[in-house]
Order: sequence, then structure tokens, then C-alpha cells
Amino acid sequence: MALDKNQIAKRIAQEIKDGYYVNLGIGIPTLVANYIPSDINVILQSENGMLGIGPFPADDKVDADLINAGKQTITYVDGASFFDSSRSFAMIRGGHVDLTILGAFEVSEQGDIASWKVPGKLVKGMGGAMDLVSSAKNIIVAMQHTNKGQSKILKECTLPLTGVRCVKKIVTDIAVLEVTADGFKLLERAPGVSVEEIINSTEGKLIVEGEIPEMKI
Amino acid sequence: MNKVVNSVEEAIQGIKDNMTLMVGGFGLCGIPENSIKALAKTNIKGLCCISNNAGVDDFGLGLLLKNRQIRKMISSYVGENAEFERQLLNGELEVELIPQGTLAERVRAGGAGIPAFFVPAGYGTEVANGKEFREFDGKMYLMETALHADFSIVKAWKGDTHGNLIYRHTANNFNEVMATAGKITIAEVEELVPAGELDPNCIHTPGIFVQRIFQGKAYEKRIEQRTITHNS
Repeated sequence: MALDKNQIAKRIAQEIKDGYYVNLGIGIPTLVANYIPSDINVILQSENGMLGIGPFPADDKVDADLINAGKQTITYVDGASFFDSSRSFAMIRGGHVDLTILGAFEVSEQGDIASWKVPGKLVKGMGGAMDLVSSAKNIIVAMQHTNKGQSKILKECTLPLTGVRCVKKIVTDIAVLEVTADGFKLLERAPGVSVEEIINSTEGKLIVEGEIPEMKI
Repeated sequence: MNKVVNSVEEAIQGIKDNMTLMVGGFGLCGIPENSIKALAKTNIKGLCCISNNAGVDDFGLGLLLKNRQIRKMISSYVGENAEFERQLLNGELEVELIPQGTLAERVRAGGAGIPAFFVPAGYGTEVANGKEFREFDGKMYLMETALHADFSIVKAWKGDTHGNLIYRHTANNFNEVMATAGKITIAEVEELVPAGELDPNCIHTPGIFVQRIFQGKAYEKRIEQRTITHNS
């Protein structure tokens, strides 16, 4: 069975280690916050200018001056800090953020990512995505493996790029892949999904070595 | 050192057709509501606005777009506005999209007297078209240049008569950095106090960067994505 969005988020949450500063993108990555184990300390960064994102507020605690990069109202946790956008990206560019999790339309076997522009559709902008992918020490992409039967895990991206040779790991609805110098290495498969199914859904070079374990969700 | 002006109309005096403005805010959070509304009542047009976003149809910079007062937007993300979309598709509006961190740093550089610098964002993408690039320690970087503005318009939580400013929560965003990069910086604040009342240890924007300050009225502080937790 292919994973739903929450299950993808749950699997990605397993990649987060104690002490990490993490930037979560919009969409599935935002859901990852719901699955961070309570026994580890993690600080979430929001590129509009804060460290220490808390849960969404109760109805009577909504504050227009407190939003995340997706412009959603949020809260802050003890130990939080606020700062301006140039310092926020100094943190990102300076390599101080340990892990960036973001969505993508396509990823190539070199680790290129396309996530911001679809020709023929209105271009809204890249926001902070290009800064994040070009600077993060570790980037995990959350995405669907295919779209209407077409693989999104490719030899070369077909859409305009967000960044080049930057993605390290991908968690899709059917597989966990590592981007290596030789291509995509299959690490795990979704429960009940066969290796053959993943091979058939992957256009880029897929390396399958030995027994491929099922994800533990 | 008294920077106080008596009204928003006085604050925006000198803004003329075809000028470049920096406007603080992220989405609708921390935008200078009073100044934007006052500009919307003028006939000033042909503006180039440097702002992370372009407001929504009936609020923020959307008000100036609706009046056709903006010729060009320099932003990182602009999707929340039907009138913006219409003008863009009709070729009535020029748009330059810049990665958010590069936008912030170009503004910072403008305020700090640094004409150009190198960043990795956008290397290998269409953002790199026509730009100088260079390798440092095995990684490729693009040269980006400073941004300046005739006027920077920012919004702060508290300010004093010398123009010292304190922002609140994520309403800081682009305000603090943009306050440094205008030839004239206008600050509107929720609470204006006499010099000496704000703790000097807590000032975000030192008054040297601010030329005009006033206390804004009736802040609406509109929310784009009201997201709440339903407690059981």
C-alpha cells in the first residue's frame, strides 16, 4: 500500500535527531512536526524569522504577528527567538540549520530538484526554496513517486530547477531513496509495495542491493 | 533628533512617480498599513516596489496594484492576488522574482554599503541567467548586487521620537533590514513613546536609519491563513 501524506511525514520524522535545528517546508513537510518523538529536543526554524515554532494556537490565542513561512498562525515554544529575514537566511546559508525538509515536483539522479515553476501555469515565485536547497547540509525531499503514472524520480528534471546536486534523501509514497554518485539507491519500500513496483515507477537509475526492508511506520 | 511627523500624509511627502520603494512585511504580517492606504489615496504611479510579497486583492500592496500605481514588483513570492495575476498576464506589470534570502541580503547589502556579494542560491537555475559566477572552495556562487530605495517604508511595534524601533514576533521579517536601505526611511509604529522610554538593549533598528516616524492608527492586522488547534 502506498503511504498517505501523514505516513510520509511520519517516516521522515524518523530522520530527525536529538539537538537538530530543522526547517520544514510547506505541505507534507509541515506535517512532520506532528511526528517528532517527544523524547528528543528539536528546534524548528521558519525562514520568515523565528526559531522555536510551536503548535497551531487555540482559537483565542491567534496572533497576527506570529506566523510561519506558509503564513499560517502559529505559537512559539520556550527558548524561541525572533529575528529579521536577512539573519534568518544567514542561518540557512551559513550552514547552521541541520536539516531541511521540502516538497518537490521532480528530483534527478544527480540530486537536482524542481519545485517552483511549471511552464504554462502562473509563476508565484521561489520564496526561500532556492536559498534552502543551495545551502542546507542535509536535504530530505517529501514527494509522490509518480504523477498520473509518470515517474517524478528522473534521470534529468524536465521542469525549471530550484537547485542542482543538493538532494540527499527522498521519501515518497512508495520508497525511501538515497541520492548517490551512482544513482538512486533503494533503502526501504512502503509496506506491501514490491521492489518491482518501485523499479517500474522510477525513471532514473535505481540501485537495488540485497533484501530491501519495509519502512516501519 | 526628533523624527516625528504629525500625520501619515506628512510621512509620505516627497514620494513621486516612478520612484523605488521598499515595503516591509511578509505576506500581510508586519506591513505598513497606514502608509500603504495613504499612498493608495494619492495619484502617485509608476512605482517600483521591493517587497517580499504583493498583498492580497483588497489589502496591503494589492491596494496599489488595484489602482495601477505599481509598474514593477521585486519579490520572492506573489501568488495570493487575482488582480496581480491579471496585470501580469496582460503584460501591464513587470515582475522580478528573487530567492527570498538573496532578496533579504541584497537589501542588507544596500543598507550596509556593500555593492555586491556571492551566494549559492539559484546557481544552475534560470535565476543565474546573465549573472557572474565564481567557484569558492569547490562550490559555485552567483554574484548578486545591492538594492537601494528612494523610500523604505517599515512597520514596527514600538518606536521612540529618535526613530529607534522594536518589532514584535515574526512581524519583524523584512522591516528591520529594509529600514537600513532607504534614502529616506519612514517608520510607522503601533506605539510611539518619548526617547528614553525604550530599553536601549532591546532596540532592533537604531534611530540613525530612520528619518520619519509616526504612530499609525486602527491596525487591522489581517490574517491570511488562520490556523488553529482544536482542543478537546
